[in-house]
Amino acid sequence: MAIEDDVLVIGGGLAGATAALAAAEEDVRVRLVSYKQSTLRHASGLIDILGYTPAGEGPLVDPFDALEGLPEGHPYERVGTEAVREALEFFDDIAGDAYDGAHTDANALVPTHGGTVKPTARYPASTAAGLASDDRDTLLVGFETLPDFEAPLAAAHLEAAGAPFAARGVTVRFPGLVRDDAKVTRYAHLLDHDEAVTTAAGETTARDALAETVRGHLEDETRVGFPAILGDDHAAEVRADLGERLAVDVFEVPMGPPSLPGMRLEDLLYDALEDAGVRVTTGVPVVDYETESDGTDATGPDRIDRVIVDRHGAEVPHRADQYVLATGGLVGKGVDSERERVFEPIFDCHVPHAADRYEWFVDDVFGDQPYARFGLPVDRDLRPLDAGDEPEFRNLRAAGAVLGGYDFAAEKSGSGVSLATGYAAGQRAGREGGE
Amino acid sequence: MARDTEVLVLGGGSTGCGIARDLAMRGLEVTLVERGNLTDGTTGRMHGLLHSGGRYAVSDQASATECIEENEILRDIAGHCVEETGGLFVQRPEDSDEYFREKLEGCRECGIPARVLSGAEAREVEPYLAEDVKRAIEVPDGAVDPFRLCVANAIGAENHGARVETHAEVIDLLREGDDIYGVEVRHESGPGKRTHATPGATEEITADYVVNATGAWAGQIGAMADLEVEVRPSKGVMTIMNVRQVDTVINRCRPKGDADIVVPHETTAILGTTDEEVSDPDDYPEEGWEVDQMIDTLSELVPILEEARTIRSFWGVRPLYEPPGTGTQDPTDITRDFFLLDHTDRDGVSGMSSIVGGKFTTYRAMAEEISDHVCEKLGVTAGCATADEPLPGSENIETLEAGMDDFGLRSPVARRSKQRLGSRASEVLETDDANPVICQCEGVTRAEIRDAVSQSGSDLNAVRIRTRASMGNCQGGFCCQNMANELHPTYDEETVRASLDELFQERWKGERHALWGEQLSQAMLNYALHATTMNRDRDPASAEAAVDFAAFDGGGR
Repeated sequence: MAIEDDVLVIGGGLAGATAALAAAEEDVRVRLVSYKQSTLRHASGLIDILGYTPAGEGPLVDPFDALEGLPEGHPYERVGTEAVREALEFFDDIAGDAYDGAHTDANALVPTHGGTVKPTARYPASTAAGLASDDRDTLLVGFETLPDFEAPLAAAHLEAAGAPFAARGVTVRFPGLVRDDAKVTRYAHLLDHDEAVTTAAGETTARDALAETVRGHLEDETRVGFPAILGDDHAAEVRADLGERLAVDVFEVPMGPPSLPGMRLEDLLYDALEDAGVRVTTGVPVVDYETESDGTDATGPDRIDRVIVDRHGAEVPHRADQYVLATGGLVGKGVDSERERVFEPIFDCHVPHAADRYEWFVDDVFGDQPYARFGLPVDRDLRPLDAGDEPEFRNLRAAGAVLGGYDFAAEKSGSGVSLATGYAAGQRAGREGGE
Repeated sequence: MARDTEVLVLGGGSTGCGIARDLAMRGLEVTLVERGNLTDGTTGRMHGLLHSGGRYAVSDQASATECIEENEILRDIAGHCVEETGGLFVQRPEDSDEYFREKLEGCRECGIPARVLSGAEAREVEPYLAEDVKRAIEVPDGAVDPFRLCVANAIGAENHGARVETHAEVIDLLREGDDIYGVEVRHESGPGKRTHATPGATEEITADYVVNATGAWAGQIGAMADLEVEVRPSKGVMTIMNVRQVDTVINRCRPKGDADIVVPHETTAILGTTDEEVSDPDDYPEEGWEVDQMIDTLSELVPILEEARTIRSFWGVRPLYEPPGTGTQDPTDITRDFFLLDHTDRDGVSGMSSIVGGKFTTYRAMAEEISDHVCEKLGVTAGCATADEPLPGSENIETLEAGMDDFGLRSPVARRSKQRLGSRASEVLETDDANPVICQCEGVTRAEIRDAVSQSGSDLNAVRIRTRASMGNCQGGFCCQNMANELHPTYDEETVRASLDELFQERWKGERHALWGEQLSQAMLNYALHATTMNRDRDPASAEAAVDFAAFDGGGR
């Protein structure tokens, strides 16, 4: 017997979670299935809409201005500017105090661990005091044992980027760590729980010891940035506590994987899914699908009747009226490839690509990379299109990085596309699924 | 006239560095100049096979004999560069019995220990061999790290007083009448250790004798003094797998052919190769069908290669040579022997010899013979000691290993670090400073990176070849940035940025040939990490136009 829902979302990243939440708004029964850990833990946690045009112009002050000029087939062009705005408002409601940036259409420039700034529309509250357009002088603090962030180098880099303030970096030992190769979650845990640590001054707590370590390095800066390891479940409290002790504003600098801001965003989304009554099953791949065999006319696209989910070896059919494919791009494996072809592994939806794999890339690593645009073409209803521009299925929509026709890394548009297309696909699936 | 140095060696590959060390150990004053990094030419672009000689046991027994002799010497003097993997010559059902017999006899005639294994026995040694392999000959092939070996020779030369200048391209040979007395080089930065963004100077270096050890580039050097050196560069492709499908060198036992060897190398396995003459050693096509051929043909021996992940491919150029008038058509038929061309005898021009041909395994013997020749020219009687004197890193290695602790590192990292550093491990890894892992794929710590930086300046590719950092599965996606961070504060931000860009682009160069499946996924992740989060593709610090910071969101609270 099949598991029955109105809407089934495949994929548990930002696009899938947003799609499921948007569908749930329509009072339908929604299920989300995901296989591997989402790529959110790789991501900075920043919610970018558009930082640069496809031609490389930018950083863009107003991302919404530039949306109108995007080429046909770009995911934003498919859903339309209004949907992007609605999706962002939808996100703002979900995120609440955890994110900032809603007070303006202008992008913010957030310093990240490489030292330069990145344009983004929304940013975690933890990064808010670090914005590069804020002209307060800044102390960056790095840790000897965290080689991903070299604070003095990052400070010099910010100045080279023209940031309108003086930046200084210091490297200190993180109090309470025993091993040089501790994971970032260990740092966060020590601060979250304000664990007892022993320093040269004797027994104290992790937050106190860290504040004391930094105090001696503070000159007249009024804000202090740390790599994004300042707590996990109690991040706001850790930040406030450190700020109070040092009498400065404290902020986080987003880091590479594993990224705590990305993980916090994931937690926030999954809490919202639970609140919205979405049934979530993780760790299970969709391995196959079946179409409806009767009742459809021979000329139109098929309807998906069910997908087959591998639940730890048992093949369990899941039926829904509407399906949303949000399995990610090349990184999330929603788009896969072999030497001869690029393909979408679940429904074998059409993925345009050159026949010769030597045309999938260009020689400049940061050049205009064709592979970065691999993904599904969709109609304006976000239904994947086949090679003849006809919908692959009547009741399948796609959202997020599985879509093609845009380079999220160059444009700084990954989160925004996931939100906008996830929102639009989920909302439409919810409406149709409820009929 | 007083010269700057007694001997000037051109070329920082295995031959050049081997000669430099040999002559320096004999007490000569030596300067070595190299266009790029050490190993940049052919040495760093080989499959890492330490020949037993088995490969040449039928076609070229003189080379085979020399290989087994040098193989045994290198195990002694370069233990920290060699992995004694053993090798198999594997016969498939369609391969000739006659040739198998000739191979076995050839090995025995050349003094190469050889033993026949049945198909079942061979699969017991290497379970991923195809089920229908007929039998195999076991020989003492090994794996060698050409980077480590070449760098150890350079360090050894420096320890004996030699001057080694990398990123110093020869732009002219200094010739007066029929005498060559030096070169003019252009330093990319300096002279001295490379520092990005430091302007380079040109320098004339005069010498009593010049050794042209530029391999495939020897013809270009010769032409600077109107000398013709008929080197015939031949390219070969090598494809690197993400894991070791085999722990033994696997050779196909048939007369000759492309794609007939798999060499386990550190964390990877390297598939090779092809043999195709090219006109310019710096500019030749690198094509996908060559990579496909490696995978498809070698899958006949090791079927799982068909579905396995490759992380990059690279091409190398053999410095083949044959005396004028030989006229061999097929480059696979050109001898692998080396030639010492004394331009006095050949061209009536004194002061320089050129070395061409040869192969990596016998680099030491070549260096010895050439050094003997140079000594004879200069009237020096000191003998060669390189067959007995361990390379830096390989001194008393067993005793030292027994006494070494783990330097506070987790055991896989400690083990791999010690393997790479050999007898230098304590000196490098013992530190009171924090010593986190910088490259997770290869287990390289900060201390090892900083040791490499102290040898090679701001050049992260030079750090890479010394440490293997950024050479693993992620191809630097996760660690390039961290490696660059270690350059600071010795080098300033602008220099670090330039060096990082250079390393990241170099990693991409080889990765382009592995862009499907898992590695395309990895490439997209690397791109996303560097472009999305770090905005390195559109970094305002590198852009021409200034950013109007005041126009952006300055915070709402």
